[in-house]
Amino acid sequence: MTAVHPVVRLLAQRIALGLVLLWAASVLIFVGTEILPGDVAQSILGQAATPQALANLRADMGLDRPPLERYLSWLGGAVRGDLGTALSNGQDIARAMGQRLSNTLFLAFWAAVVAVPLAILLGLVAVRYRGRWPDRLISGVTLATISIPEFLLGYIVIFFLAVEFRLFPSVATIHSGMSLADRLNVIVLPALVLVLTVLGHMMRMTRAAILNVMQSAYIETAELKGLPPFAVIARHAFPNAIAPVVNVVMINLAYLVVGVVVVEVVFVFPGMGQYLVDHVSKRDVPVVQACGLVFATVYIGLNLLADVIAILANPRLRHPK
Amino acid sequence: MRMPLSAAIGLFMTALFFAAAILAPLIAPYGMAEIVGQVWEPMSRDHWLGTDNIGRDLLTRMIYGGRTTIFVATAATLLSFSLGSFLGFTAAVAGGWVDQVLSRFVDLMMSIPSLIFALVVLSVMPVTLPVLIAVMGLLDATRVFRLSRAVAVDITVMDYVEAARLRGEGRGWIIFREILPNALSPLVAEMGLRFIFMVLFISTLSFLGLGVQPPLADWGAIVKENREGIVYGIPAALVPAVAIAALAISVNLVADWILNRTASLKGGRGD
Repeated sequence: MTAVHPVVRLLAQRIALGLVLLWAASVLIFVGTEILPGDVAQSILGQAATPQALANLRADMGLDRPPLERYLSWLGGAVRGDLGTALSNGQDIARAMGQRLSNTLFLAFWAAVVAVPLAILLGLVAVRYRGRWPDRLISGVTLATISIPEFLLGYIVIFFLAVEFRLFPSVATIHSGMSLADRLNVIVLPALVLVLTVLGHMMRMTRAAILNVMQSAYIETAELKGLPPFAVIARHAFPNAIAPVVNVVMINLAYLVVGVVVVEVVFVFPGMGQYLVDHVSKRDVPVVQACGLVFATVYIGLNLLADVIAILANPRLRHPK
Repeated sequence: MRMPLSAAIGLFMTALFFAAAILAPLIAPYGMAEIVGQVWEPMSRDHWLGTDNIGRDLLTRMIYGGRTTIFVATAATLLSFSLGSFLGFTAAVAGGWVDQVLSRFVDLMMSIPSLIFALVVLSVMPVTLPVLIAVMGLLDATRVFRLSRAVAVDITVMDYVEAARLRGEGRGWIIFREILPNALSPLVAEMGLRFIFMVLFISTLSFLGLGVQPPLADWGAIVKENREGIVYGIPAALVPAVAIAALAISVNLVADWILNRTASLKGGRGD
């Protein structure tokens, strides 16, 4: 047998690390909801609950079993796709979540389709006109979008685009019977807010990553041989900045998944975020655990993907000596 | 060293926000939960910003709301800084397995988005101000840990730290007398950014109904209370946006200045 290619070994290591992280995150989520001083049954029923009611609920939820056993059965179920049933209405969580997860991914997907190319383009423009007015304008506007929380951006957008000018609907109701065009029309505003929130970070980090490459000697060579500035950036700086830029994009996509929570509440969009927030206020612990696990999986998965692409994009690793 | 104009403006605005927060009962024109007019009155001489969804004076709500928001954010920032930097310095000075355990645990904490983790924890904890401050502070301490560990690792290899070690000083001395004074500038600049993050964090939680509980006001809750007005073209819910953005930009200007100052110090131009 020949030796394993170093890229394969590196990838295997990284994926194994991702799995370990995911498992540890499941422990953290479980510990966070079950072993904290606030007893779940107590917090559902409130201080005035009778001891009998408490004991019944604890037995119902299986709280009388030891924590380790409960954790293992919860994790075992989650791996097989069984997330348990909701306390508040007794529905199967996995089934209730399916449609919502696809709605959320639909929204996040279209936001990403717009935000990623736009952020990279603006980053390139900012580097090209570094220190001059286009750079300052882009930096100033993105600083403003970073400084305002998502939910306020949401209401600002609703106030001006949905109420004053009546361009788009302010409430994003979506269901499976709608055509793609209708669905896209409905998610214009929430997607716009998501784009605005991640655009600033993504553009600033892209700009920093490319500026870092611009310090290299080969960039100076390209400049000295007389290439136009944009060609220097597009042909020499950008390809070498791909690994950090991919990293930036993935970090921001992961951030998008979190931003979705708030934006969904603003636009009453039937997705995962709305589902999570509703059940946190109902203190429906099984649903909260399941949502936390799904969000953590997506987040860790995207970060893992970023590392995998960075490894594959690094030419020094592709061609071993 | 002279202070640039932008930093001076930022410092002045930040001071103004803090002063309004501390003096809220003195400068607010009405009582915090006092109903003084009709629902959603427009701006007038009696009510500079109009009234809110149940007829309370909006300017008063904003001032008291700023008090809550700034208090919670400040307390959480202090908690995250004392905890995060202490553990970060300890990890850097002790090295070995202490460093490994702390660093890997922080990696784990950061593998779950903080908003999601906060929501998970708040689903079983009672939502009170001390709990909110503790949850926010603990989650944010992970970021401070990473920064302060990175800064301290650079400092621990300096000759003066080595000298202190050879003198036989204890770990406490090395952390507080050798590393802390030299790591202070980047940490203070970071503190500004963390504070802003905390303001956004508590506003988001309150907006979701899982932060500050009524009748107490805070900027996120003001948005939540007045959100129905938006569809009728009443901009009351947008007022906190202006306050949050103004505070965020002011603190950013100050933090930028501190960061630039330390960068020029490192360049060896002296001060």
